[in-house]
Amino acid sequence: MRIEVRIAGFGGQGVILAGVVLGRAAAVYEGLEAVQTQSYGPEARGGASRSDVIVSDEEKIMFPYVREPDHLVVMSQEAYDKYIGDVKSDGLVVYDSTLVEPSRGDVEHVGVPATEKAEEELGLRIVANMIMLGAYRELTDIVSFDSLRNAVMDSVPPGTEETNEKALRLGAELAEGGAD
Amino acid sequence: MRDENGKVEFLQGNEACAEGAIAAGCRFFAGYPITPSTEIAERMSARLPEVGGVYVQMEDEIASLAAVIGASWAGVKAMTATSGPGFSLMQEHMGYAVMTETPCVVVNIQRGGPSTGQPTKASQGDVMQARWGSHGDYEVVALSPYDVQEMFDLTVECFNWAETLRVPAVLLADEVVGHMRERVVLREDVETVDRELPPEGEEVERPFPLEPDDLVPPMPVFGRGHRVHVTGLTHDERGYPCTDDPEVHRKLVRRLCNKVRKRAGEIHESVGYDFIERDSDIALVAYGGCARTVLEAAEEAGVTVFRPKVIHPFDEGLVRRLLDGYEVLVVEMNLGQYYEMVKMALDPDCVHLLGYPGGYPPTPERVVEEVERLGG
Repeated sequence: MRIEVRIAGFGGQGVILAGVVLGRAAAVYEGLEAVQTQSYGPEARGGASRSDVIVSDEEKIMFPYVREPDHLVVMSQEAYDKYIGDVKSDGLVVYDSTLVEPSRGDVEHVGVPATEKAEEELGLRIVANMIMLGAYRELTDIVSFDSLRNAVMDSVPPGTEETNEKALRLGAELAEGGAD
Repeated sequence: MRDENGKVEFLQGNEACAEGAIAAGCRFFAGYPITPSTEIAERMSARLPEVGGVYVQMEDEIASLAAVIGASWAGVKAMTATSGPGFSLMQEHMGYAVMTETPCVVVNIQRGGPSTGQPTKASQGDVMQARWGSHGDYEVVALSPYDVQEMFDLTVECFNWAETLRVPAVLLADEVVGHMRERVVLREDVETVDRELPPEGEEVERPFPLEPDDLVPPMPVFGRGHRVHVTGLTHDERGYPCTDDPEVHRKLVRRLCNKVRKRAGEIHESVGYDFIERDSDIALVAYGGCARTVLEAAEEAGVTVFRPKVIHPFDEGLVRRLLDGYEVLVVEMNLGQYYEMVKMALDPDCVHLLGYPGGYPPTPERVVEEVERLGG
């Protein structure tokens, strides 16, 4: 198993953190090989910020960069338009259906109304990233729920643990609806 | 989460470097944050106060290394971290640290240059600057990590060799390993080395002996009752300026170089290197973040590969022993700096270069293509 994942959106949505949490869940709590890289500087400003994770249960990951993501988790239209072309055909695209209108045909799309539900059910738009992460995990089983939750607990500010865990679980529920 | 050696973390290389410094006993950091090294300063500013250390944000990189040198003479293990333009500014004090035999660690997370170049992109363009960026004859230790664990481990090694040899040691990393996140064990069992000190309170008559030429003298740090004069001018054995005696200058400079050069083999053996031998006429050579591409390419192409961790001092004997008889391809993120050293050690006609500046390492496919062009 070797999976390349790109998590992308606009600055401030927490896509970098989402990638770090996923990598941490895999590397620290599952004992898998994982490498995370991200966009920096002018590339990371404005419309399309990205956090890339490679997860493998084989040997050490050498070349560290994602070239052809198996999976794209995407939270803005600009990021979708910028990165959708890189995704492997038959790859999986999990998108925030509040903000993204999908267009590519030869990949599997799963829409998750993350931003809408974050506001409606949790009263906090900024946990949309955790809803996306919970949904993505549910769809792929790339790491266990417990590993992901542990990694989230390590990474979020004290006092926000409960809301973040709720967001992960909400994401998992929303994903159960399945593909479009 | 923990394993038998320490806490298991998922960190950036820069964060692991800061943790390695703390584990090595570093208790002073002075710096001027610069991309792509900033996370080191950031983490040191949080961690040093927790362990009774001192963090100072300075007005620039010249002052940063000056403060580090002062801290070291006050008896504390000290470090700074920077990138290309900052490393250029530090060259004045690299020379001063060499001449005054001040143990310290300078981390350079290389980015594209010359000048301000590519702030957020990787490079290995400072290999020669790390060796001789300051004026005069000298040698330093420079180590190049290829993953996040080595950002921790080789930072410890830099401190140990700086303390052993009383030289500035350079962690010559790059943006690839500085910014990527991986699993790292924050080892609690690290072996640390402390500089040799003369007995407390005793007069040190010859703090800077001229002979024998490979000697590392004990360091009479301030605050322990020693009276010592420290200067960047050529000095006699008592430490006083002596700029017009050719023999004194020759002996001093020879010792400053030889205390490092004569131990090149020992440093390489102790820090280690990767040498994966395969049934092939071609051998690849790479270090740092770029080596991750090259190790993968070497496996795909079925060729031998050498990954040094020690960049300076260069060990010609080792390179000859491992690589003589091969068609050698050096892959680095510059236009051929380590390559020049390899060429001097081997038959130059057998040494080839894939020089790859631009901000990212080449892909494994690109390297395999080059191997095929060489007949591999």
